[in-house]
Amino acid sequence: MAATKQREIELLKKKRLSFSERAALTWKQMKDNKINYLMILPFMVFFALFTIIPIGASVVLSFTRFDILNPPVFIGWDNYLRMFLEDSVFLIALKNTLQFAVITGPVSYLLCFIFAWFINDLPPIARAFFTVVFYAPTLANIYFIFQYIFSSDMYGLANSVLMNLGILDEPITWLKDPDYMMNIVIFVQLWCSLGTGFLSFVAGLQNLDPSLAEAGAIDGVRNRFQELFYITLPQMGGMLMFGAVMQIASSFAVGAISSALLGFPSVDYAGHTLTLHISDFGNTRFELGYASAVAVALFALMILTKILINKLLARYSHD
Amino acid sequence: MSTKLRRTKASVVGDISTYLLLALYAAFMSLPLIYAVVQSVKPYNELFIFPPRFFTNNPTLMNFRKLFDLTSTAWVPFSRYVFNTILNTVVGTVIHIISAAMCAYPLAKNRFPGKNLIFNLVVWSLLFTGGVTEIPVYLVMSTIGIIDTYFAYWLPEIAATMGVFLLKQNMAEIPDAMIEAARIDGAGEWKILWSIVMPSIKPAWLTLAIFSFQRNWNATASSYIYTETLKTLPTALSQITAAGSVARAGEAYAASVLMMIPPIIFFIFAQSSTVKTMAHAGIKG
Repeated sequence: MAATKQREIELLKKKRLSFSERAALTWKQMKDNKINYLMILPFMVFFALFTIIPIGASVVLSFTRFDILNPPVFIGWDNYLRMFLEDSVFLIALKNTLQFAVITGPVSYLLCFIFAWFINDLPPIARAFFTVVFYAPTLANIYFIFQYIFSSDMYGLANSVLMNLGILDEPITWLKDPDYMMNIVIFVQLWCSLGTGFLSFVAGLQNLDPSLAEAGAIDGVRNRFQELFYITLPQMGGMLMFGAVMQIASSFAVGAISSALLGFPSVDYAGHTLTLHISDFGNTRFELGYASAVAVALFALMILTKILINKLLARYSHD
Repeated sequence: MSTKLRRTKASVVGDISTYLLLALYAAFMSLPLIYAVVQSVKPYNELFIFPPRFFTNNPTLMNFRKLFDLTSTAWVPFSRYVFNTILNTVVGTVIHIISAAMCAYPLAKNRFPGKNLIFNLVVWSLLFTGGVTEIPVYLVMSTIGIIDTYFAYWLPEIAATMGVFLLKQNMAEIPDAMIEAARIDGAGEWKILWSIVMPSIKPAWLTLAIFSFQRNWNATASSYIYTETLKTLPTALSQITAAGSVARAGEAYAASVLMMIPPIIFFIFAQSSTVKTMAHAGIKG
């Protein structure tokens, strides 16, 4: 049974099959795999309804002028041209988004892995404790606390501490001064960074096969770094890819932290990002066609990054 | 017993510096959390004191008491919001994991036409930011008639893209021999999934449960729910405290501290049962 299946798959891979033969074989395989399709069915139905159709609709809308009240009007590539030729705020948002992604993306990703790896060898209770503490900022979602810490007047914690120490003479308007705004958002973003990726690395490391590490020790793996590179990482391919995709999604979608801390819009758009640009046009100005075009551009940017990372992780990845 | 066969030797210096680094970083990570708790027990007149103090000399539960007083003045009984949030969290998390597991298993372990396409769609869709899909989602929901019902919270949870991705990556690491052996013993795919695959990736699906609990606990679905009796705790609390403003600042801190307790308890529960399974069963491989 398994052997015939294997033969069918190989047949299907050969190029010289005619179209009808190929279709018949595919159909037969699909019938043989009925149970698989049944199992993915519930997910697929709602995935299509709530994800594929809305994303498809946004891609279509990105080629239209659409103000929600009137029916969309097809305008070709105009929205995309407008982004680069007429919308200087878009260029600021693009620059800021790239800056966030280039800094917080790799740093967060490395932090997630390094800390997951560090705590993996601890005794269970210590491991659980550190996992909870590191994940707590994400869990509790309290980054608004930084609003009080970086408050612009003398009441803010940062200002009062620095003034007491004599470092500052007068309070700094942390959240309104373009010199500091980006850095503060990056700082808070990093503070929240031990999130999805970190927890899934912790879980992935616990799933590893300990006998391989023992075998490695016998075969001459001498220190923990060798163990990491020769034994641990090659088993982690799937989780490294998962962490990378989640990291891309969160690093390019910075926006909530910026608007919570800096207000919206921020002074001189110094903390403006593509996500905020999308919500500005989509929710405030009701230019949904243009907002969709920006969203599609951001999507393209993230997919390009993912392809790049795929290449980098190819050594450890199965697919 | 496996600890006896400890792999590579760890140096004492390495151990101490690891702990020191972890402790320092933990302190840094927990400062704002501690600050939030401290703020919630500060009397109102100390919240805006100058110079600001990190700790307080007169801790009080006044903010919590005032928050409870406020909740009793709500038009809808407050227990209703609590009930909605708990219901959504339980239903949402359970169906999320079941649906993700059912989809991830064939994608990870079986071959069938269309498999790679589906998996790529799942991964790519994770990279599309939500901002512009709200109106299409609204139209879909109104077409199938679930606007302003509990299903507007629940059904999107079945489309668990992140869950499928996370579980698929973990299931792929399970040795094929284990599944083949079960098939020879006569187990069907359904049985293999629930009694062999899921137990051996328990850390992964418990982690997924944490993500899902957290998301559902904080869910508002504000665009799709209008009826006051269907709204959730986060919506109700933000209505009565207007987080970030000066008036009721104390109550806002109290509310945010109360809101983060259930996810943290669930988190600790999930983490400790992961540790237990791994200690009991050294199977795999």
